Amino acid sequence: MLELERIHKYFGGLHAVNDVSFRVETGSIKAVIGPNGAGKTTLFNLIAGNLAPSSGVIRFVGREIQGMKPHRIAALGMARTFQNIKLFHGMTALESVMVGRHVRSRAGFLAGMLHLPSTWREERQIRDRAMELLELLEIAEFAHVEATSLAFGQQRCVEMARALAMEPRLLLLDEPAAGLNIYETAEVARLITRIRDMGITVLLVEHDMSLVMDISDEIVVLSFGEKIAEDVPRAIQQNPEVIRIYLGEDEEAA
Amino acid sequence: MRYTKSRAILCLVALVIVTQLLTRITGTSYYLTQLTMSAYYALVVIGLTVLMGYAGQISIGHAGFFAIGGYLSAALTTHNLIPLAGSPLVQFLGRLGVLVRGQDIYGEQLLTVTPWAACLAAILVAALIAFLLGIPVLKLKGHYLAMATLGFGTIIYRIALASDYFGEADGISEVPGFTLLPGVAGLPPLVVNGDFDSRVQNYYIAWGVLIIGMVLLLNLIDSRVGRALRSIHGSEEAAEAAGVDTARCKLQVFVLSAVYAALAGVLLTHYNGGLGPSEASVMKSVRYVALVAVGGMANLWGALVMGAGLTFLSLRGVFGSFDDAVFGAILILVMLFAPDGILSLRLNGLRTCLKRESTDR
Repeated sequence: MLELERIHKYFGGLHAVNDVSFRVETGSIKAVIGPNGAGKTTLFNLIAGNLAPSSGVIRFVGREIQGMKPHRIAALGMARTFQNIKLFHGMTALESVMVGRHVRSRAGFLAGMLHLPSTWREERQIRDRAMELLELLEIAEFAHVEATSLAFGQQRCVEMARALAMEPRLLLLDEPAAGLNIYETAEVARLITRIRDMGITVLLVEHDMSLVMDISDEIVVLSFGEKIAEDVPRAIQQNPEVIRIYLGEDEEAA
Repeated sequence: MRYTKSRAILCLVALVIVTQLLTRITGTSYYLTQLTMSAYYALVVIGLTVLMGYAGQISIGHAGFFAIGGYLSAALTTHNLIPLAGSPLVQFLGRLGVLVRGQDIYGEQLLTVTPWAACLAAILVAALIAFLLGIPVLKLKGHYLAMATLGFGTIIYRIALASDYFGEADGISEVPGFTLLPGVAGLPPLVVNGDFDSRVQNYYIAWGVLIIGMVLLLNLIDSRVGRALRSIHGSEEAAEAAGVDTARCKLQVFVLSAVYAALAGVLLTHYNGGLGPSEASVMKSVRYVALVAVGGMANLWGALVMGAGLTFLSLRGVFGSFDDAVFGAILILVMLFAPDGILSLRLNGLRTCLKRESTDR
């Protein structure tokens, strides 16, 4: 599905991502973890096309996508959410999700202006599909409320619905549990598993260890831009290097 | 949604007709002249609203596109091509059938481009310039985009003011009427001109064009592309991630709004029989921006009502010699007290009424 090969990213003198390679297998849930500043979000931005890598190759569904514009990568079947939720001011929840159907519909400028009969059916499909997703995420009652005025957890759901509306092959989730309490986090965990069961491969960046350990098939650990471990959750939990960067070293023992 | 939209359009059509009947009954037909001009200016304002309010891209250069439309159609339909009649280009145009012979007021032979061809040429040129300008300029954001479009407006103004072809400070006058449709089956022809007798006809042409333009934009806003535009305004990054080609969308809507401005320029020039460089001035661009803001930025109806209403008052001379000052003051006051537009102050009440009604249904 997704393959990173020897990715480097420099910001001036800062080596933000250093020689990172890994693969995401189709149908799996993979997590990227690491302390603050480890380069997780940078890595996400490289994959989604918001940044171009300084060197290295990123392959998605068999095509090299490094340096490609985000909207073209999105059209190939990659959807994402953002760490600090990015919704569209002035649009309702339903409309926001309908934007997600953009890559799966085609009516152009003139068709829109003339409101041609040929576009009516497409519009209805877009609306119906968006509504289904709002129902799936249990926020259908807020369909006609401006998305940015919803509660935090609901905004997360709108963003998730927008990403799912794209019918992606790969879904990138940037800290989906940030700012949620333990009940909501458990809810998100169930949702992510469900998304995987729908046949969508998931790559997530997360701080919340319980979430990651519960649902991931495999985990990549980053520290200071370098990959220091990649394994199944159980092995990662026992990896001394990972324990060291997360819990810190015992000064006296060292 | 659709239902309220067509109802609002019907209300507007009714209002336009009632206004004309009122001026007839009260013997105030002279108002029709300014009402006609207001409709054309409002056409610029609604086009700019889609660019600014919905797509979130500012332009302080739209008087430039208006002037490109007006000046090109004026120059092409007035400059005599007889001295150049031998040149291959003029002969080629003659064979295409886009030239027309006539006489000027002194009885001199005239050979000029037909208004239809001139109109199409003017709009195409405006669209092309918008396209070429938009590619680099729309990469800029906020203040930088405002400055760049301001620069464009200034260039067009200076070109109009400095070139002999466009009449320098005098502008171009004696622009002929624009026959939109020839008279068929006993019906009179549809002509855009300033003749006293065709004042009513021109009033309806202008408002007809404005209403059609309005319907097209309302449709656009509710369509797939319209949602994409609004998403760019909300968050360009998220719009890209959702697969919206933001650069292309912004460019398309920039060209569209330029075409609206150019069309308004063409029609108003034929209606007035001429235009001067003040139409290209930066103050005009600022006025369009102010009218979009007064209308409520992302509000086509507000833009139409305020664009036509305030322009009408301005053309009637209500603001006297403080005209530009009034628009500047309006811009400041709106930004301070009603950033969602003047209509929003009362519309909020109206909206709650509507909501109640729709839940009743």
